[in-house]
Amino acid sequence: MRHPRRRLRWSLTVVVAVLAALVSACGSAPAGPPVLTWYINPDDGGQAEIAARCTAASGGRYTIVTSTLPRQASEQRQQLVRRLAANDSSIDIMSIDPPYVPEFAQAGFLAPMPPAIEAAAREDRVPSSIEASTWQGRLVAVPFWANTQLLWYRKSAVAAMGIDMNQPVTWDQLIQAAARARTQFAAQGVRGESLTVWVNALIESGGGSVITNVGETDPALVQLGLTAPPGIEAARILRTFGDAGIAPPGFPTADEDTSSDTFQSGAAAFMVNYPFIWGKATSAVEEGSIPQSVPDDYGWTIYPRTAPDLPSAPPLGGINLGVGAFSAYPDLAYDATTCITRPDNSAYYMVSNGNPSSRLSVYSDPAVLAEFPMAPTIRDSLTQAKPRPQTAYYAEVSGGIQRTFHPPGSVTPGATNEAATALITAVLRKEALL
Amino acid sequence: MSQTLERPTGAVDPSATGGRGDKSKAERRLGWYLAGPAFVVMLLVTAYPIVQAVYDSLFDYRLTDPENSSFVGLGNYGVILTDSVWWIAFGVTAFITVVTVAVELVLGFGLALVMLQALRGLRPVLRTVILIPYAVITVVSAFAWQFAFSVDSGFVNSWFSWVPGVAADTDWFGTQGASLFVICLAEIWKTTPFISLLLLAGLAQVPDVLQEAAKVDGATWWQRLRKVTLPNMKAAIMVAVLFRTLDAFRVFDSVFVMTAGANNTETVSFLAYRQTIERVEIGLGSAVSVLLFLSVVLISALFIKGFKVDLSQARGE
Repeated sequence: MRHPRRRLRWSLTVVVAVLAALVSACGSAPAGPPVLTWYINPDDGGQAEIAARCTAASGGRYTIVTSTLPRQASEQRQQLVRRLAANDSSIDIMSIDPPYVPEFAQAGFLAPMPPAIEAAAREDRVPSSIEASTWQGRLVAVPFWANTQLLWYRKSAVAAMGIDMNQPVTWDQLIQAAARARTQFAAQGVRGESLTVWVNALIESGGGSVITNVGETDPALVQLGLTAPPGIEAARILRTFGDAGIAPPGFPTADEDTSSDTFQSGAAAFMVNYPFIWGKATSAVEEGSIPQSVPDDYGWTIYPRTAPDLPSAPPLGGINLGVGAFSAYPDLAYDATTCITRPDNSAYYMVSNGNPSSRLSVYSDPAVLAEFPMAPTIRDSLTQAKPRPQTAYYAEVSGGIQRTFHPPGSVTPGATNEAATALITAVLRKEALL
Repeated sequence: MSQTLERPTGAVDPSATGGRGDKSKAERRLGWYLAGPAFVVMLLVTAYPIVQAVYDSLFDYRLTDPENSSFVGLGNYGVILTDSVWWIAFGVTAFITVVTVAVELVLGFGLALVMLQALRGLRPVLRTVILIPYAVITVVSAFAWQFAFSVDSGFVNSWFSWVPGVAADTDWFGTQGASLFVICLAEIWKTTPFISLLLLAGLAQVPDVLQEAAKVDGATWWQRLRKVTLPNMKAAIMVAVLFRTLDAFRVFDSVFVMTAGANNTETVSFLAYRQTIERVEIGLGSAVSVLLFLSVVLISALFIKGFKVDLSQARGE
């Protein structure tokens, strides 16, 4: 009789101990300042550092912790949309790729922005990043950093071609020059988001738009401008590019990293790409894998023109900050976005992680100029950049373009535009698969 | 017998069969007790999502716009079945399934024979070596194959430059044929071990007596394989082919990693992914999933009824 009783007493002790531990664990969680979770896109640790700096700057009002999203922008959006559709209250701040901002805003996933925050968020910003954070006339996200593509060239190769790169250049000019010199032109031909970026930039540079009635919320009423003359002209340039024999091997699967490698190796004399390639080349020099003469040979200028008499509309990328509609602390989260996008944090992020700021003043920061000699060109490019089509159905529009314009070298001007319009229209009416 | 005689109610049915009936009833009950919880869990985790998907597939329902969801009946199925995208994906899936299963069956049978006839000391090592590809996660294996064949970082183009048609700048993921070739290769490499293990189990079941008798009668190795080994392991072969076909029909990872559906390499599961996860059109995506489910059910029914596969035989019962 003694043994079972002793065993019972033992198990009771264990149960009480476990319960006590659980209670104390639960009790300790709410103590301390509110924790804001910031869902970030993967980077080189810059956003985590800014989170730590802003936690310190808040003077104990909040703590920011970061949570990393997948690598691809489309996968980041998928995760955020799925969580927000389930009213996830753990999402306080999120790093959103600009084309998805309208979808988030339209679905009610973004907390309304307080007027004081809005005033601060509009200050000192490049216009394209404000445009990309706006939905139906209201600012719904805080511009954080803004990316843009430049036209990169090898000075040594271009010197022999007889093109003046200080003057605006057109796609046709560059394609002819590259074909004559039997060199390559690196661009992103992979069936992915970068293809939409290219097609959109070509159309916007020609004075057209993929969507002509931006802001329309009924998918069946969205008007497409793909078959208008600028759309046809964009398809013609892609086809000329494909037929000229200047596309690098593997062009239909080339993404930004592939293009950067092709350009760095010297196989291509021209490339359209984001400024991260500069950081890639300078770190390759530090590692000793390429000589200093390689980045010294890099030249850069504004994105090529579609029409000779119209300024180009370079692609816009970057990250805007949204505050989750189901966050327990929307005011604190908005407060934190103001700290995250402060000029000093923006400059730090550009210098350390190579991601250009959405703030105009950062481009005159000496530290930024020392690291990025092309900073003034980036600023000018951002000033004339145009965002991708703004619609709550961006995934459908982009997916439709990717399906019909791939492989980009084989598009047929006119027929491809018709096919894209028919596909996207049917998909938006939910009458076709994608 | 003595137990039944001692029973006070023995008058009802004192025969021995009654006792056996009680015993088998008790055994059956014990069987339910043991398998019941697992059965309930299976119902919860498989039947519930299937029913939910069938229900969702009848609606025009977008995850980001739940207020405007509406009942459309079989409309989603109409959209899918009249869309060439579905039929292309279906064809690609069928092609991958037929090619990979056929090649795997031949390779797997060869490997099973090697494993069966290997020296006793070598057998465990051999089995482990053959099983390694199957232990690799599919996504990882897909990336490995993609890196091997990629035009900028791959080694295949330089190693196989002597093969006609392969050059330093061959873009394997640039055309439908070449992409499907690499996808099939990756699938075959990865799942041949699975099929060879199932076939090994079948091979081990072929009685040695029959083999020896045939040998004594002067049958050659080839005759013994065709007349003794294969007929005796028909059930194992059919089960292996059935399992692999069901598996191959749901191919997703390799396509997702290698081409992301470019150049008409989309499969049916990829289509379901794109509608449900990327477009967040839950209704349309569920309908694609239901059609995929029905295809798989159809394949199983064809195999089990058409080829008279007895699943219990594969377990050696």
